[in-house]
Amino acid sequence: MSSTEERHDALRSLLGAWALSACPAGEAAELEQHLSACPECAEEAARLRDAAGWLSLDEPLDQPGPLRQQVLDWCLGRRPAELPVPSWGMPYTAETAKLDALLRDLGPEEWQEVAELPWHGGTERLRPAEVIGRLTAVDGFLALALGLPDPVPAAPGEAFAAAAATGRRVPPQDPAPSAPVPRVPPQGGPYGAITARTARLLADQGALPPQSVRSRWRRQTHDLVRGAALAPQGNTPVDYGCGVLPLRDAFVDRALECYVHGEDVARAVAYPYDPPSPQHLRQMVELVVRMLPRALAGLRAARPEHAGAPGAPAGAGPAGRRRLRLVVDGPASGEWLVPLDGGGPDGVDGPAGPEAGRAGGEPVASMVLDGLELCQLAAAHRDPDRLPVGEHGDRAAVREVLHALPLLSRP
Amino acid sequence: MATPERPPRWDEQVQRRLARGEETALGELYDQLAPMVHGLAGRILADPTAAAQLTREIFAHVWEHPEDFDPARGTLRSWLGALTHRRAVERLRARRAAEHGPGEDGRGTEDEIRAVATAARVQYVVDSLPRSLRETIAVTYYDGRTYRETARLLGIGEQAAKQRMRLGLELLATELAEERARQDEAGNGET
Repeated sequence: MSSTEERHDALRSLLGAWALSACPAGEAAELEQHLSACPECAEEAARLRDAAGWLSLDEPLDQPGPLRQQVLDWCLGRRPAELPVPSWGMPYTAETAKLDALLRDLGPEEWQEVAELPWHGGTERLRPAEVIGRLTAVDGFLALALGLPDPVPAAPGEAFAAAAATGRRVPPQDPAPSAPVPRVPPQGGPYGAITARTARLLADQGALPPQSVRSRWRRQTHDLVRGAALAPQGNTPVDYGCGVLPLRDAFVDRALECYVHGEDVARAVAYPYDPPSPQHLRQMVELVVRMLPRALAGLRAARPEHAGAPGAPAGAGPAGRRRLRLVVDGPASGEWLVPLDGGGPDGVDGPAGPEAGRAGGEPVASMVLDGLELCQLAAAHRDPDRLPVGEHGDRAAVREVLHALPLLSRP
Repeated sequence: MATPERPPRWDEQVQRRLARGEETALGELYDQLAPMVHGLAGRILADPTAAAQLTREIFAHVWEHPEDFDPARGTLRSWLGALTHRRAVERLRARRAAEHGPGEDGRGTEDEIRAVATAARVQYVVDSLPRSLRETIAVTYYDGRTYRETARLLGIGEQAAKQRMRLGLELLATELAEERARQDEAGNGET
């Protein structure tokens, strides 16, 4: 090949970059000189530049978040589903779709950003793909419960039966946990199984491009919702290794987790991120409130200094048990009476109605906080001592509730 | 812009599940194709309300008539793309006709509709390019980088970056030529 031909080929390979105005000035000038002498290259240059001229610089219309539900409702109004998604699966469906829409728009540089995940006063720093890996790994417990493949590669000789023995995540029928609950649960301990699984999955996906990490996660979320539609009662137990939840609660719990971490990623890349819809937020708040009595029992066992007043007064009958009025503000507003000294499996009364005063007399304290803040606190994403809370009555009781809420979170 | 790659059999599975009335299939279809449908409708109609309305209509059509999709004639994505494009252009034409009233010279309007339709078509093709080509063009052109910067950013060789740009634009140019031919044919048919 002559050197002129080589030059021709080298310049020709630049045509795409040139048409996109992406050549350094010197190279562009050399190419343009060549074009005036080479009709073959000039013809291709004109074609490519014309094509590039049609690339639109305007961003497409933003796809509004609520559009998904509007479109689906519209469709289902015209033809009802024969296999619907149960109502407890809806928050998860919406939150995973929202996170996926965020991930779809991430460019290569944004995948390299570091998201900060506050947890129990500390901060974990993860890249978006690692956040997604973590969601995938913990969602894997639901996959296992539904008989779907485990996203986490098996560990040789791994046994997490030991960790499963200490119930922290409050299955309604389990005895209250009595082991000490440190402010930051250590690695290993009750969460050992979860952190080990997440670590294995992150190691496994480390070499994958971020969009493949996203595809894996997304496929599993779709399969999970499909599994939920086939088990609409939602009674299937989901074993997290540190507690058991029925499927219907696990889905709401994972929806909250998906929202919280989606927001962590959105913050890192400076994208706006909508809160859950009022109806879904309400489902999350209800779950948190329902789990609260057990969290309180755990807190009291671990840190007696937080037990407000003299705990359950010895010899006091049901009428002597203290209760707290929890008022949730914002779009998911509601009111609950939370037993502070242990209640039955469904010990929380509410929303407070005509029988609010039944068994127990006046609540010892009232507290008012925003529903989203309540959920963030339950995800250990907020500092219980710095949350804007309206309070009235026994301060110690309010503090006790605030400090119990983050114990509902696991890694 | 990017969507997870799916095996081709996904199309047929979703079609079967839609026919069975699985709400989850409708949700998955929406998640997979709404960015394309809504984006295309938005580019042509340039109006959020109209774009949302058309998106609703397109998905309602598939949900109510999944049997209309013929896998032998292309992907679900290309079928919905063509359907959205056609209906959006119809709407734009109706809107323009209402604005101008009868008897006015519609030539300028028709040219504008063609330009809008062509631009939307090109963007649709960009969105459908293989991820590597699309990504290379996007980070270069939209962010004003040189091919060397793009190569560094994507962790590929400079030669590969240049090749991707050339190939991507080549595919666009081909599509553009076809779209123009289609429009000429349609234009001749109408007069």
